[in-house]
Amino acid sequence: MKSNKRLQLIVPLIAVLLGFVLGSIVIIVTGKSPGAMFLALGRTMTGIDFSGRADLNMRYVGEFILQALPITLTGLAVAFAFRTGLFNIGAEGQLMVGSLAAVAVALLVKAPPFIHPILGILAAMAAGALWASIPGLLKARFNVHEVVVSIMMNYTALYFVNWCLLQFGSVDRVKTPEFPPSATLKSHFLASITNGSRLNWGIIPVILAVIVFWFVVEKTTFGYRLRAVGFNKDAARYAGMKVEQNIVFSMMISGAFAGLAGAVITLGTFNFGRVLPSFEGYGMDGIAVALVGGNHALGVFLSGLLFGMLKAAQPLMQSQGIPLEITSIIQASIVLFVAMKLGIEAVLDFFTAYKRKGPAMAAKMGGKK
Amino acid sequence: MSYIIEMLNIVKTFPGIRANDDVTLQVEEGSIHALLGENGAGKSTLMSILFGLYQPDSGIIKVRGKEVNITNPNVANELGIGMVHQHFKLVHNFTVAENIVLGLEPRKGPLIDIASAEKRVAEISKRYGLEVDPKAKIEDITVGMQQRVEILKMLYRNADILIFDEPTAVLTPQEINELMEIMRRLTAEGKTVLLITHKLKEIKAVADVCTVLRRGRLVGTVPVKDATEEKLAEMMVGRAVSFSVNKKPALPGEVLLEIQDLKVKNSKGVLGVKGVSLKVRRGEILGLCGIDGNGQTELVYALTGLAPVEGGKILLDGKDITHLPVKDRLEAGLGHIPEDRHRHGLVLDFRLDENMVVHNFQKRPFSKFGILDYGSIRSNAERLIKEFDVRSGEGPSTPSRSLSGGNQQKAIVAREIDRSPEVLIVAQPTRGLDVGAIEYIHQRIVEERDKGKAILLVSLELDEILDLSDRIAVIFNGEIVAEVDAAKTNENELGLYMAGSVKKAV
Repeated sequence: MKSNKRLQLIVPLIAVLLGFVLGSIVIIVTGKSPGAMFLALGRTMTGIDFSGRADLNMRYVGEFILQALPITLTGLAVAFAFRTGLFNIGAEGQLMVGSLAAVAVALLVKAPPFIHPILGILAAMAAGALWASIPGLLKARFNVHEVVVSIMMNYTALYFVNWCLLQFGSVDRVKTPEFPPSATLKSHFLASITNGSRLNWGIIPVILAVIVFWFVVEKTTFGYRLRAVGFNKDAARYAGMKVEQNIVFSMMISGAFAGLAGAVITLGTFNFGRVLPSFEGYGMDGIAVALVGGNHALGVFLSGLLFGMLKAAQPLMQSQGIPLEITSIIQASIVLFVAMKLGIEAVLDFFTAYKRKGPAMAAKMGGKK
Repeated sequence: MSYIIEMLNIVKTFPGIRANDDVTLQVEEGSIHALLGENGAGKSTLMSILFGLYQPDSGIIKVRGKEVNITNPNVANELGIGMVHQHFKLVHNFTVAENIVLGLEPRKGPLIDIASAEKRVAEISKRYGLEVDPKAKIEDITVGMQQRVEILKMLYRNADILIFDEPTAVLTPQEINELMEIMRRLTAEGKTVLLITHKLKEIKAVADVCTVLRRGRLVGTVPVKDATEEKLAEMMVGRAVSFSVNKKPALPGEVLLEIQDLKVKNSKGVLGVKGVSLKVRRGEILGLCGIDGNGQTELVYALTGLAPVEGGKILLDGKDITHLPVKDRLEAGLGHIPEDRHRHGLVLDFRLDENMVVHNFQKRPFSKFGILDYGSIRSNAERLIKEFDVRSGEGPSTPSRSLSGGNQQKAIVAREIDRSPEVLIVAQPTRGLDVGAIEYIHQRIVEERDKGKAILLVSLELDEILDLSDRIAVIFNGEIVAEVDAAKTNENELGLYMAGSVKKAV
């Protein structure tokens, strides 16, 4: 009767639309014009100033994609764990230890240019996987809830990574020395076509990660097992699957995605390790991205772009006098509307019934929901 | 003729289905009126409309000749309509009397007057022959007694029209007989009983009139004394149904499954199976019967590897599988049709074809080098759907959740039988299914027996046990209390064993 595939697509789209409507209302209430926000968003996305006052500037596009990269990866991390029925709230910490591993490889290992960043990326993924294996093992062995463990491990990661980074010899106690040129993902080519943005070769591993996610989850026996465990643990156990083992593997792969995000930020956006005073929120953004993207590869990719765009548009909007917080309001309300999936479906049902059978019938049905 | 309830031309539509399509139900005062139909025929919807849980899209409801608008259950209560739900709604650490007066407590000033409540309860229970101890706690009394408390709750609220929703599912044969006696007593006192059921035997035994629904439509209303069970079944399903399972005598061979002094803990951490020993031979069906919660579930879990074993041994064709993981047991030749098809049998969010390979997805041809071959997975499902007559909207790509219960069960049976295991553990294979599907599944189980497989059938339905089994073992309180030849026993004998009142040396 209902096409699930169609709803999977329509509900997030409606949620996004409602998020922007709500954001516009808030802007109007603060006495500004929402037009300025859409101009800023349009410029961020295409580099074109639709008001015609400024020239095309591709730097905005480069920065927009750059913002989308890490949150797409943390989105994949959260989505992967979620497909196995796990809630990995620790992507933030896994990302940090990933950065640390990338810093270590960049500063301590000597390798030729092309190989060096690959080593850094692999080390970061391994570190993220290792960090995530702890909540995974505790969950599998002792049924300790992964949310509690991974939240606590975010703090452990923050202070542990900061301490380690300072051991590399710090600059002003906030960053490590700069990496040798062989280690970075920086790209003159990508920077030049985007008018000097920070866009870098990190885009390649992100695209690969999206494809690998899709292939592993949808096409392999391993993905089949993970999905079975995620949907119904008891049925998986009944069919002879090793549920505990799958929980650990799933957390580790999830952690590897987050670790990769750490490498992309550290080796691509910056070229030094950063000592952070607090969390940057990549893990939380990842949860939102995964939720809006429906935990599917393509969905996460698209919602990663959406949230990246909102982030990247902030400075432009601020220059138009629109408060920075508006984008947070839009982000939060999109998540909220996606979470209200059932409500949106009920409203859609109501309208379908209305079209088919007329107002009286629809009112009766709607009243009963 | 005076009808106490008239539901005229009721239509109720849910998105995509017409649950009730122009159904008319007329119930005479003081009668026992049965409502018969398969799952999804619209019985529960109709009763929910009468009880005020749903509003009809069109149609008229009259109670005692007056048109009424039952907008919620409170209105139904005021009209004297009461419902005994399938799952009782009782407070377990309250006494019988406390449960009955809950919400309408007699008071003495600000305090509950429990003494007069107990007195009132005792009065009612005496009047209708519903013996209960008003001071007993719910958790200490049997399921049959708990049902009486539910009935008393309605009587305390002066209900004249009592709806029973599948009331016998949880009772022993003896308790079923007592319940029927109670129903007759109620109608003798002027009450009207509406009985929702799919058990033809009970209708024949107790009802005066029977209304049959099929796929939301009214098939007809017949006086029970003029209708045979066969006739009623045909009305319900829409075609002739054979009741007795067509079965040749068993030709048992060597022992394939041997259970020795098995001990298993239940979910509360105490022994639920206390030293069970059983043997199942090649080419025979051993039926295990008992009242729900006497260790059957724990026994099946232990046999299939879903629960750890505390003591004893399980031998499959001589091989010790007591502590093997599930996968190795499956490889050794064990098959399992699980009791709970939604919890264990299917991944409901998977498509049908994905569910058909849960045991074999990592083997060729369904996957090569860890990559799934959806072509083979699909054609495998197509073959099984055809062979086992699984009816699904979109064939192999149907979401498993959207199949009807009977077809979900057929899909599981297809998958398990297709693996061709030497020993098949079948738990509650037809719970909640309609007679057509039951007939089919029974036939397939007997066919497996005739192929020389050993089958352990665990069921709460005594008829199913008696129809299918060659030998019958009775479990009570985690122990086997009797083992009998299926041809030489009957419901009454088994019922006594099941209640634990008689034990037979095993």
